[in-house]
Amino acid sequence: MPTPEIVFRIGGAAGDGVSSTAESFAKMCSRSGLHVWTYSSYQSVIRGGHVWTQVRGSSDPLLSHGTVPNVLVCLNQQTMDVHQGDVPEGGAIVFDSDVVKADPAKVHPGARLLGIPLRKLAQTITPNALVRNTVALGAAVRLCDIDFRHLESAFKDMWGDKKPEVAQENIRAAKLGAEAVETAGGSLKLGLRVTDEPRYLMTGNEAVALGALAAGVRFHAQYPMTPASSILHWLAAHGPQHGVVVKQVEDELAAMNMAVGAGHAGVRSMVATSGGGFSLMVEAIGQAGMTETPLVAVLVQRGGPSTGLPTKTEQGDLNLALGAGQGDWPRGILAPRHTKECFDLTAQAFNLAEVYQTPILVMSDLYLGEGFRTVDKLDFNVPIVRGMIAADGGAGEGAYKRYRYTDSGVSPRVLPGTKGYQYIAATDEHMESGHLISDILAGLPEFVEERKRMHEKRMRKLEGMRKDMPPPELWGSPNADLTLIHWGSTWGPAHEAILHIEEQEGIHVNSLEFPTLFPFHADETLRILKGVKTTLSIEGNYTGQFARLLRAETGYKPTFSFPKYDGEPFSWREIAAKILEVVA
Amino acid sequence: MKLEFELETYKSEIKPTWCPGCGDYAVLNALQHALTELQLEPWNVLIVSGIGCSSNLPHFLSTYGFHAIHGRAVAVAEGARLANPDLHVIVTGGDGDGYGIGIGHFIHAMRRNLDLTYIVMNNEIYGLTTGQASPTSEMGMKTKSTPIVGVIENPIDPIALALSTGATYVARAFSGDVKQMSELVAKGIEHHGFSLIDAMSPCVTYNKINTYEFFRKRVYDLNKEGHDPTDLKAAFMKALEWPVMQRDRIPLGLFYRNDKMPTYEDLEPAYKRGNPVKQRLGVDDADALLAEFL
Repeated sequence: MPTPEIVFRIGGAAGDGVSSTAESFAKMCSRSGLHVWTYSSYQSVIRGGHVWTQVRGSSDPLLSHGTVPNVLVCLNQQTMDVHQGDVPEGGAIVFDSDVVKADPAKVHPGARLLGIPLRKLAQTITPNALVRNTVALGAAVRLCDIDFRHLESAFKDMWGDKKPEVAQENIRAAKLGAEAVETAGGSLKLGLRVTDEPRYLMTGNEAVALGALAAGVRFHAQYPMTPASSILHWLAAHGPQHGVVVKQVEDELAAMNMAVGAGHAGVRSMVATSGGGFSLMVEAIGQAGMTETPLVAVLVQRGGPSTGLPTKTEQGDLNLALGAGQGDWPRGILAPRHTKECFDLTAQAFNLAEVYQTPILVMSDLYLGEGFRTVDKLDFNVPIVRGMIAADGGAGEGAYKRYRYTDSGVSPRVLPGTKGYQYIAATDEHMESGHLISDILAGLPEFVEERKRMHEKRMRKLEGMRKDMPPPELWGSPNADLTLIHWGSTWGPAHEAILHIEEQEGIHVNSLEFPTLFPFHADETLRILKGVKTTLSIEGNYTGQFARLLRAETGYKPTFSFPKYDGEPFSWREIAAKILEVVA
Repeated sequence: MKLEFELETYKSEIKPTWCPGCGDYAVLNALQHALTELQLEPWNVLIVSGIGCSSNLPHFLSTYGFHAIHGRAVAVAEGARLANPDLHVIVTGGDGDGYGIGIGHFIHAMRRNLDLTYIVMNNEIYGLTTGQASPTSEMGMKTKSTPIVGVIENPIDPIALALSTGATYVARAFSGDVKQMSELVAKGIEHHGFSLIDAMSPCVTYNKINTYEFFRKRVYDLNKEGHDPTDLKAAFMKALEWPVMQRDRIPLGLFYRNDKMPTYEDLEPAYKRGNPVKQRLGVDDADALLAEFL
């Protein structure tokens, strides 16, 4: 008997309040002790178009936003037209009976059609047109047997002391929706196991921002870009009271260069962007590699190429991240698989950046970055390791060499403002002192050797980084018939597909996943690959960017591949179908 | 009286690599004199530069330095200054670096009135890339990149641009007058807010038009001709004299100074917790932060 769950889907036009209504519903679920997973399908428009959000809730931990909605709210006709056939037996379609018509031929006969005059009911309370969503929300809450207290508390949180009358209006409007359900058959009797133990609900982007704050970020620069903007929003609202300078800048060139300046000055420094913005940061991130400046760059991917699909998800920027900047420089690339890992790996990225004095990238995507998910309480006591600082005893005064040759490739740094250690950091090739060899020394035999040694010193850092970064993991049955290979946000749908296939089909499938993308753990990966039979590489891009990296690093070519580049996240159902196809 | 920091203490062991006669020697000299006059502790000064002949300047000083990529010196300096507002941050570079590839950062830094001092060694040519037109090259000037009819774009007027964009200290100096330049630089460093010193620094190798001789014949000290640097309107009129309106007389000196405008640092809310670089890391009230997610 599967655990009961709710999959709530609401659709309308941009500007109809779809996402905020869905967010309220998600909050009510998480306050009812349910695990929650949301996905928003939206467009690059402020008004109009077709947007919908899905909220899945269950008393069991969730791994994806689900597929089939058991409550569908249609705020306009297009939503009905597009989604009415998705609601199965036992589900319900809530719609504004004055403006939306269902097509009985397309609706499952076992689904309940709940036409409610949403707007008219709302107007009996307030002229504010968006309150019709609240009427629908009240209906949904009643359909799912969610305690009305959670709805009341959500409205009170939203409007609070400032506009208590608005909170009251919305509570009354929601009651009208609940009453309408009551007179039309009552709840769906889904049997959700609700509790009074609220869960934490947040997006991956918020988890990134929290991880940064826990790790002591003190400078953040960003230019607005979907789907990374909510990192800027959260830090702008909460950073300054914790001493964080949060700067919206003129472009991503400025963002990265300012972050380099701040990292050089000695604070924990960060940028966040999506692929287009990261493309602009490419020259300057190489500058950080060359000057050995610590910083963290968060890359929340969306559909490319170019402006691409601004509001859709993809994993198409791995090649960009691997190749960012001219020449070779040591970079680390982490790829959180889920919301909690957004927090953990961002916090860890700051330690890696400072210990190895080089940029660390954290790559997520729209699906992970913008989706709301419940998480266990985050532990803010993250380790803070700042690496070698010369003024703490790493080098004697007067003899200081910023880029001293060391076995690890890491040279003790000092922060500007420290007496007696003045040095220059340069983007030209330089000597241990930081002075240039590029202008009048390059090519002289001694400095041919010097350049070689300095380049090797920098690149040696990769060896230490690899040891300090999380290795690949094999999850699931030890002796599986098929091993899925994936990275990042595909984790959830992949795991759900595996659990489903094992339970329904008795086929054993496991999964090889990579929280670190670079430097690549080739030895560990090969060791795991020795024990697998066939593999299916699942990736959200056209060319199989990760599969290519895997092959370059290990010589291993996955048996099958499942690329996806339609802008939508992987659903567990399509992964399950692909698994059945390849094991057949 | 013996100074704690003599002129020599600001010099590094690296000797400049500029062409003999380059205007940038005078700028280096003026900056060293300004630092000496202000007696700034070398370890509390960060000089940030971009790429170009003039951007090698920080190597020749004993302060902290950051030799950044082309056009981004101002942005790097902004980040350093925001991270540690106790540092004196000075940006040095050329006209290609600041008025060409980096002009976006230049404009926005002025708009922010960040407490930075920006010295642009303006030689109206690209030197290190061996003589192409720059954003301040005169109309008609023939260069390697404009060999047939010469430059057919208007030159940037950095002084007028700075005045219109919010810089609160705007001056022009000339490498032929180190004394005036060093005074203008010293006052610019002292100034609370963004200061621009457009330093006319002749390129003796690639610019055969805007030579020392060219400037000596034309420059005059606008402050000696009764210009009031607190008068923004008058400053604009002076700014337009050259290169916009004519090329016979070139005003040098302080065009504008406004001590009343708050700086970005004055308004930045994060500084209530002190200098970011000196803060203890870690969050004390994690539960309060997490409460909004419940």
